[in-house]
Amino acid sequence: MATREELIDLLSGLALFADLPRPQLEAVVHRLEEEYFAEGQRILRQGFSGSNLYIILEGEAAVTIDGTQRSTLGKGDFFGEVSLLLGEPPIADVVALRPLRCLMLPGPEVESFLLTYPHVTYRMLQAEARRLRNTSLWR
Amino acid sequence: MAVGRRRGRAAGSIGRPFPPGTYPLVLVGSGPGALQFSYFLGRLGVAHAVLSADPGPGGMFRQFPLYQRLNTWSKPYPPVPPHSRHYAWYDWNSLLADESRHRALVPEFMKGDSYFPTRREMERALAAFVRRTGVRVRYGCRWESTRREAGGFVLGTSDGEYGCRVAVFAVGMAQPWKPVITGIEHVPHYAQARPSRLYAGKRILILGKRTSAFELADALLPYCRQIVLVSPRPPLLAIHSHSTAGVRARYLLPYEDHVLGGGVVMLDAATSRIERTAKGFRVLASGTTRPGDFMFDVDAVVAATGWTTPLGDLRALGVATFSQDRIPALTAFWESTTVPDVFFAGAATQGAVGLRKHGVPSNSGGLGGFRHNARVLATHLAETRFGVRVDRPTLAPDDVVPYLLSEVSRSSELWNQRSYLARVVSCERSRGIVDEGILPLQHFVDTSGPDAVAIVLETDASGDHHPAVYLRRGGKVSEHVFPGDPLYDFETASHRAQLAALLQDLI
Repeated sequence: MATREELIDLLSGLALFADLPRPQLEAVVHRLEEEYFAEGQRILRQGFSGSNLYIILEGEAAVTIDGTQRSTLGKGDFFGEVSLLLGEPPIADVVALRPLRCLMLPGPEVESFLLTYPHVTYRMLQAEARRLRNTSLWR
Repeated sequence: MAVGRRRGRAAGSIGRPFPPGTYPLVLVGSGPGALQFSYFLGRLGVAHAVLSADPGPGGMFRQFPLYQRLNTWSKPYPPVPPHSRHYAWYDWNSLLADESRHRALVPEFMKGDSYFPTRREMERALAAFVRRTGVRVRYGCRWESTRREAGGFVLGTSDGEYGCRVAVFAVGMAQPWKPVITGIEHVPHYAQARPSRLYAGKRILILGKRTSAFELADALLPYCRQIVLVSPRPPLLAIHSHSTAGVRARYLLPYEDHVLGGGVVMLDAATSRIERTAKGFRVLASGTTRPGDFMFDVDAVVAATGWTTPLGDLRALGVATFSQDRIPALTAFWESTTVPDVFFAGAATQGAVGLRKHGVPSNSGGLGGFRHNARVLATHLAETRFGVRVDRPTLAPDDVVPYLLSEVSRSSELWNQRSYLARVVSCERSRGIVDEGILPLQHFVDTSGPDAVAIVLETDASGDHHPAVYLRRGGKVSEHVFPGDPLYDFETASHRAQLAALLQDLI
């Protein structure tokens, strides 16, 4: 559990939101919804349309494709953005490995959110670039 | 488990049901969530005690909405017969009943000049439901503590102790909640706001832009010199979000006033401080969507900042919460994710978030949605905890497609709980084709089971309502989104052909 103040503090410590001033962080906390997932619960479902964007505040999640675990996600990581940007169902499941606390942004609001907060968009692009680089290194 | 009776309290028990003792299930609450759940438990033959601190039925409707008229419809001239099962979609306020004579009670008590009932009409209808269906409640019995003992729980109450294997809390979500803002303790919450005429000629600042803030602004509009609504984000409107999570159109006059520049100000700002002044209050805020510092000197401030679930000592028992500690985190069947055999009914069932497809939340925070959850939960507990066998009807192969399409076109369960509750039909060689009833979609897609089909109503980002079918074959679930229809008729030849092709191998 976290109060609004604690959520704002938590957010200010995440790379994604590091450039936002406090009033904007407060607006973000109001716009995103806090959700809790028990261990083993699926958050993103492979092949199911209509997903949302999630930012991990606490806990750990597994990324699995066709039942095989490919990677893990932790505090500060986000997921769901690829399917939302491409308008396609997710290609992986994301499952809570232990109790997981996230902030959720409804899928239909992602475009306007990223346009409203260009610094968040830039940070997200940096994270995507790092993921792409890491994927390329494996080849 | 050891259950003790508090000395000297039993005298008041004469004539009241459910004296302290041990029961298979104890339910706390007497609002619509508790009454609905108790009704269905009773129909299933599950013995239980119902305890409430209130003097009578009604829960939050004994007090709210503050300005007396609900924002959920009960339509007096619906396109389906008023006591039929599908009428529930046109009447979000009446409790459900298996007997048609106990359905649609709210319109019976409405004057007929609005399709939104008043608080008093709602309260009368709930009292009538209790009287007519025979639901019993031990009123004036306050739940005070909870402890775990071998075989279940012991609930300490103002009347003594109650032991149970399963505890269900239908305590609503009507406890005022305020965020941490310096000086907010000096201003009343929405729940303590005064009659609107007492704000005549005043400048008032409302903290918040959700439903209760707009309800308050709407009630004060004819009276106040100026109304300022402040919160960090712009208002979320139901007509934009395509869900009841947004502010309903019924309360949008203040918004229109703001848009036309009539005197209402709606500001996206984070409030940093509230100070008392000789004439009222000074409120300091910083702009969020548009930068800048603001200072307001007003006669009154009201915090319409939301509500929380009165969880008592359940957090100490281990019940996990979320949404800034206001809602219990629940499984698909509304059980605490962290304390087995602690369940919730009523508005707190929004703690089971479901799939939230396209961001659309469940309607579990409102009676229209949680009354359906109550039936599902009662059946689930009866079968899994108390050994009740619930018969399920079988279907002929030719009936499956028309049945599923009829359900998604008309049933209140699927319309009130979009992407959340599903009509499920299973197909097993040993059992045949079985109507499994209404189940949480999350449960269907995330657990294994026999080959089966689930149908739900979904709404996408454009606001299009359409059926979605989930097919489980060999333990793997696939999603199939069907086209919508401008008249919401999902029983067209095209829908029938598409579903028949999809289910061809299954049935």
